Amino acid sequence: MMDILRNLTIAEVTAWVVVVALNAYVLFGGADFGGGVWDLFASGPRRERQRALVAQAIGPIWEANHVWLIVVVVLLFVCFPIAFSGLATILHIPLSLMLIGIVLRGSAFVFRAYSYGPRAEQRRWGLVFAVSSLITPIVLGICVGAVVSGTVGEALAKIDPGPGFPLGGLPPSRNAAAPPDWTFASLYVQPWLSPFSVAVGVMTLALFSFLAAVYLTVEAEGDPELQHDFQQRALVASGAALATAVVTLIIGAAGGGVMERLVGTGWSLPLLAASTIAAGGAIVALVRRRYRLARLAAAAQVTLILWGWALAQFPLIVPPSLTIDASAAPSRVLAQTLAVLAGGAAVLVPSLWYLLKVFKSRGSAVAHPD
Amino acid sequence: MSDLLAARSQMAMSLAFHIIFSVIGIGLPLLMVIAEWRWMRTGDSLYLELAKRWAKGAAILFAVGAVSGTVLSFELGLLWPNFMRFAGPIIGMPFSLEGFAFFTEAIFLGLYLYGWDRIGRRAHLFSGVVVALSGVLSGIFVVMANAWMNTPAGFTIVDGQAVDVRPFAAMANPAAFSQTLHMTLAAYAATGFGVAGIHAIMILRGQTNAFHRRALAIALAVGAPASLLQPLSGDVSARVVAETQPAKLAALEGQFATERGAPLRIGGWPDVERRETRWALEIPYGLSLLAFHDPNAEVKGLDSVPREDWPPVAIVHVAFQIMVALGTYMALVSLWAAWRAWRGRSSTALAEDRRLLRALALATPMGFIAIEAGWTVTEVGRQPWVVQGIVRTADAVTPMPGLVVPFLVFTVLYVLLGAIVVYMMRQHIARVPGEPSGDGTRREAPAR
Repeated sequence: MMDILRNLTIAEVTAWVVVVALNAYVLFGGADFGGGVWDLFASGPRRERQRALVAQAIGPIWEANHVWLIVVVVLLFVCFPIAFSGLATILHIPLSLMLIGIVLRGSAFVFRAYSYGPRAEQRRWGLVFAVSSLITPIVLGICVGAVVSGTVGEALAKIDPGPGFPLGGLPPSRNAAAPPDWTFASLYVQPWLSPFSVAVGVMTLALFSFLAAVYLTVEAEGDPELQHDFQQRALVASGAALATAVVTLIIGAAGGGVMERLVGTGWSLPLLAASTIAAGGAIVALVRRRYRLARLAAAAQVTLILWGWALAQFPLIVPPSLTIDASAAPSRVLAQTLAVLAGGAAVLVPSLWYLLKVFKSRGSAVAHPD
Repeated sequence: MSDLLAARSQMAMSLAFHIIFSVIGIGLPLLMVIAEWRWMRTGDSLYLELAKRWAKGAAILFAVGAVSGTVLSFELGLLWPNFMRFAGPIIGMPFSLEGFAFFTEAIFLGLYLYGWDRIGRRAHLFSGVVVALSGVLSGIFVVMANAWMNTPAGFTIVDGQAVDVRPFAAMANPAAFSQTLHMTLAAYAATGFGVAGIHAIMILRGQTNAFHRRALAIALAVGAPASLLQPLSGDVSARVVAETQPAKLAALEGQFATERGAPLRIGGWPDVERRETRWALEIPYGLSLLAFHDPNAEVKGLDSVPREDWPPVAIVHVAFQIMVALGTYMALVSLWAAWRAWRGRSSTALAEDRRLLRALALATPMGFIAIEAGWTVTEVGRQPWVVQGIVRTADAVTPMPGLVVPFLVFTVLYVLLGAIVVYMMRQHIARVPGEPSGDGTRREAPAR
């Protein structure tokens, strides 16, 4: 681990910054998707109060949370154009599906919030919001799983001139991109539609739902009944997350590559162990109704999984062969982008802190409307 | 439909919707902040009602603009991976900065919308000002990236490779200033006239209450100055285009032959076969004068570039005529309104001139149509290049076949989205105060 830190190139530093942004998106934006899932599965006598709590919790902050995804995408295409263009080519279909989900989720949420129409109309928007919240994380997880498993990289190698392709060079002609055994499915479907990537997709959904339910136990402070509802949901989601994680690890270990490294030797084991401890801690804290502690443990659990993936993959950006360095923009671009990020963070961090302080600090939660 | 045409259509369709969403998302926050400021100064609750109503409009447009902008940032790679592979690092700087502006806007919009009873009045107004400022900054950064495609800068090509990439020089490309100025003014003009037109229609229908009069005055205070400045900004733009993209200028003016003392052609139809623009009203020396401020300046015609590098001349020429005609109308109506307000010594005088109200009602959609037309001029006028003179659009497209499918899927999605936004905006903008409101207003506490 220490030798990794000592020998980092500027491209690798930038890649870790991307991981930080992705981490923020998962913890904040991911939980917003999870909130939509709990809107869909709202049930029991307090169904409407559950929905109201979800809407109230994500209303002021989901736009800001969504921007983390934009930050990730922009950093990828500015700093790692070769990886970005390759991923966008092979993952065209799932990324398009994810975009449709993002469009439907965001617009349906705001349409519901500002609808003057009858209740039936609001319920329809609520349904669109909830269903797209369910589907989008699965597709996002599928994309991640496909990258991790190396199938995207293998497909990319067939259509790309490869690492020898000149950085910043002019685009190759399209016909160079047709390998001899070319079929549509082999390049644009099979690389992402595998048992492993689907397992990662379902695990992503479970983790996002888990995060949301745990956060909502804190949001419901002052309403023990609602807290109980979301405590139960958090425990169920935690079980689902653990189950899918085990399935994912088994399928992944059978496939070798990155997953073998993740469950193999070295530094990845302590990370996995820590993630498991955090998961256990979250469960204990939930059962003991220490909700703020549970929130911390849940965030730690998800963060450790993400960093475990990133470390297992390092220094590759698109396994099995494309490295961070080989896909990076010229170092002057990276240096200036990092400088702008640092400057921007100086504005952003206090603003975000203020936003969360106004809407998420202790005692700021309003009891359910009406 | 070829894959290239499908990809171009999907990009054009996505942009056509996004540009409207974002233009209103830039313009409405300014109206909203002015109304809130007037409320704080005068205590007139109608201004508060206006601020809240425009805030809801801004919230809807910001959300839809944010998701459609997300789609675009992905589509750059989904449809044009080879373009992004080349251009991503060079034009990344404005996109990174835009990310921050957008983030700031999202944070302060959340504070503004949900903070009426959570933060102090001054902090609330300040949040609105930040939303308005960061919104316009977002737009400026994105247009800077587009300007780079028209006038690429900040790198050197050696042996077919971009070397010596200088991100800030790329951002400060020759068209950056003129394009961002033109687009920003367009956003304020279109939103101002759009809102003014809706309230003019309300007043014409007999709702002559103070609410509509105040709304009309604020909307015109934003829309009219922007419309009056827009012809000047257009002149700046045209001179940059004349210098840097002669083929685009020739196409938009229907100028086939290179000549000195070129006339300005108004209207007409460019006949590419006969290489002349027919049935146009020609003003002698007009084009040389406008493009170079010299009646005898040489204007390069389409004959100065190879035939295969011509943009689609008729589309560009007609789109340009539409933009100029609508812009001229809006500038003239602005003059009229300014004169009316000055003569009447009060902004309410506007609401008593029914002929002016009818002219304003007619102008309601004009700013948006002009924006679509202007966008067509700058994008179609650059073809067949995606990066002027360096990367051809045909070389930039993804190798994935079957692109007609995503094109159709996203078209259906956006048409639905557009229809719903229009429906929602009608509910919010057109509603008379005092009518019952729905879910969205429950959170708001009465003004303190």
